[in-house]
Amino acid sequence: MALTVNRRDFLKLAGIGGVVFASGLGCSSMRNGAGMSEHDDFYFVQLSDTHWGFTGPDANPDATGTLPKAVAAVNALTKQPDFIVFTGDLTHSTEDGRERRRRLGEFKEIVSALKVKDIRFMPGEHDGSLDLSKAFQEFFGPTHYTFDYKGVHFIALDNVSDPHAQLGSDQLQWLSDDLNKQNPNAKIVVFTHRPLFDLYPRWDWATADGAEAIKILQQRQNVTVFYGHIHQENHFMTGAIAHHAAKSLMFPLPAPGSQPKRTPVLWDASAPYKGLGFREVEAEVDEAKYEITEFPVVRA
Amino acid sequence: MMKKVTSRLLALSVCTALIASFGFLLLKLGNAQSERVVKITAHKFAYEPNEIHLKLGEPVILELTSKDVIHGFKIPDLGLRTDIEPGATVRLRLVPDKSGTFEFYCDNFCGVDHESMSAEIIVE
Repeated sequence: MALTVNRRDFLKLAGIGGVVFASGLGCSSMRNGAGMSEHDDFYFVQLSDTHWGFTGPDANPDATGTLPKAVAAVNALTKQPDFIVFTGDLTHSTEDGRERRRRLGEFKEIVSALKVKDIRFMPGEHDGSLDLSKAFQEFFGPTHYTFDYKGVHFIALDNVSDPHAQLGSDQLQWLSDDLNKQNPNAKIVVFTHRPLFDLYPRWDWATADGAEAIKILQQRQNVTVFYGHIHQENHFMTGAIAHHAAKSLMFPLPAPGSQPKRTPVLWDASAPYKGLGFREVEAEVDEAKYEITEFPVVRA
Repeated sequence: MMKKVTSRLLALSVCTALIASFGFLLLKLGNAQSERVVKITAHKFAYEPNEIHLKLGEPVILELTSKDVIHGFKIPDLGLRTDIEPGATVRLRLVPDKSGTFEFYCDNFCGVDHESMSAEIIVE
């Protein structure tokens, strides 16, 4: 009988990766027997807040080098992910529409070097709030959508194109209609840019009508949310729904409310790229369980 | 007969609505005449003034304008929120009922330094 080693066990054995965070309702450590799963496990990579076009040497003196390094780091993973998702703020905000398109084009060109070609893109407020995501859509298509992968139903929500930081009644209805089409026990993963819950509204770390989205999502048993925007890891529960924020690939931000202003954490020359990184998410589909492993941009 | 009753009811409703609106208008004008007006101008990426001093219990009218784009104006601790559109003036009546420092900020994404757009109301 072949010994099956899943990615989490492999990472532990190989001693690589960062802290593993388990999320989901399948709390039992008892796993199905090898090969008995209804669905194949898989894993994806989440990258977020690359802010291409940002300049601020105090926060990141390698602003043009960090994203290519992250691409190289993902390409260097021993086993390539099934797909990759970018959860918004691909580019840094500019009021010049031509410059916005230039940044989006450069970003697209750089990430085209990723070995994995199944890539899902989402806008952040820096990409889309000044033009209702018009430029973003020219490069990457719709701002909210769904897809299914190996037994998991993924929903990408857009809480940035409206400058009021809201999903809006049409999208909420669309979300409700979509969930109504799913099996009652469907495994749901939601991607957003801003948190759906009020993490720290004073710093724009909230979605104006996020509570309505959560109310809709709470009608389902197996829902997990992955988001970006806050440039740091954060894990929070609203009822049975786990919300996981990802690190940035440009500059970290302080802990919610830890200082008066939301200014970037300054670059630490003794620990370059500290606080930046990306994550792997291994989906154990039958248990609706997600193992998160954080990776740095560069290895020390 | 039914038609007459309906017409009378309709006329009564219109009168009631007019009286109610007029009464509200008078109240508004009365307030505007007697209450202090505090002008606040929003522009990328600040409010002027950025520190406003109010007296506890003194009603004021906040008169909000924008010099450039649509900005938000939100004071979560006082439960106030509005958009400020360029070319329009928004008036909000406020009776401070607690002392302290209350931050207000733009909650309508307005550009690259949107996140830094905030100011304070200090109630003494």
